[in-house]
Amino acid sequence: MDRNGNIYTFLYAAIMVILVAAILASVAMALKPLQTKNIEIEKQQDILASVNIESTAANAAKLYEEKIRKQYVVNSKGEIIEGEDAFIIDLKKERSKPQDEQLLPVFECETDSGLKYILPMRGAGLWGPIWGYISLDSDMNTIYGATFDHQGETPGLGAEISTRPFQSAFKGKKLFDQSGNLISVTIKKSGQSAAEEHSVDGISGGTITSKGLEQMLLDDLNSYREFLISKKS
Amino acid sequence: MGDPLFSHKNLKLLTAPLDSSNPITVQVLGICSALAVTAQLKPALVMTLSVIAVMSLSNVIISLLRNTIPDRIRIIVQLVVIASLVILVDQILKAFVYDVSKQLSVFVGLIITNCIIMGRLEAFAMGNRPWQSFLDGVGNAAGYGWILIVVGFVRELFGSGSIYGYKVIPESWYSINGGFYENNGMMILPPMALITVGIIIWIHRSRNRELIEN
Repeated sequence: MDRNGNIYTFLYAAIMVILVAAILASVAMALKPLQTKNIEIEKQQDILASVNIESTAANAAKLYEEKIRKQYVVNSKGEIIEGEDAFIIDLKKERSKPQDEQLLPVFECETDSGLKYILPMRGAGLWGPIWGYISLDSDMNTIYGATFDHQGETPGLGAEISTRPFQSAFKGKKLFDQSGNLISVTIKKSGQSAAEEHSVDGISGGTITSKGLEQMLLDDLNSYREFLISKKS
Repeated sequence: MGDPLFSHKNLKLLTAPLDSSNPITVQVLGICSALAVTAQLKPALVMTLSVIAVMSLSNVIISLLRNTIPDRIRIIVQLVVIASLVILVDQILKAFVYDVSKQLSVFVGLIITNCIIMGRLEAFAMGNRPWQSFLDGVGNAAGYGWILIVVGFVRELFGSGSIYGYKVIPESWYSINGGFYENNGMMILPPMALITVGIIIWIHRSRNRELIEN
């Protein structure tokens, strides 16, 4: 057959597309269960990391079972909603709902230094979503630990949010000011002045990711506001 | 065939891209990804390995198919081969070595758009036998990779004071701790990557006089 004829070209393209689609689809389907499992383990590791517990892929599930005492879902008024599994709540979906319909997961963890509350966060970085977990002391004001992750931030720049040195700077920071206003934690550039207990140092070359992270904290902590206040008193 | 597998001519395919026909310093291809992934040494290394894998495999596949591909849609066919290989590799990594796949996240897209790969498929694999194409793919990817690693090394050392994530500049040297040293923040931004590549090209040409255009 003529290699440059129309019929050959069309046939070639059609067969190629069907073949490639079939290969990719079957590989994706065959590997799906393994991938979901990995994502689940990663989530458990992230939650544990926010209360400063190091885990490996092998022992994450067991440690999670041991350490995370309670997990539940609250609404924006701070009331517990029955019958929801906090672990499988899809934050991306929740964030697109109006604020008073959002389901907000809470995890409680018993550590050596008392009960900690873990709140998941999700926002936007420069190239894609960023997310993380913040753990609070039982005064609901002091940050005990934080962990952040991202999908596609630039290594060495925005991606620094997922490194330990950046995350450990959050420890000990306060969410509320003296008069009880929720002001969260800001990320400052060098030379900028900001209250010590409400700010951490920014990342050089990662300004937009830093801004996104700051906004994520403010927005998501605001959703939990009523819950935090109700537990605080 | 006739030729032995590692004849002089075949070896040349492997070694020429490392030096006299280097894709970055001589052909000035693949610059965009060279700027993006070299802020640290580790991503540069991961990118190098992934490009070696994708480039050699896609070169072989296109070379096997070269006598069947219709001329008018050849670029599309090449793109489909590269893209499906990259997705396949990504899916397998996600299932079996999740950590590595997280490292690769950004690069997957960058591999598909790497113009060196398309360039080699079009210029070499479309007209040569699979074994030669394989060598050409490995050679070009390695030629691209060693520049990446050198640039990543320089940028991480002067930009963050570390190599492969390990601190090498003593803490006491920094001016915060009363020393005299300061990391160069410019180094972690893309312009310095371009300047570093420029300096490598300069050194390369002053050593290989035949590369200098009139």
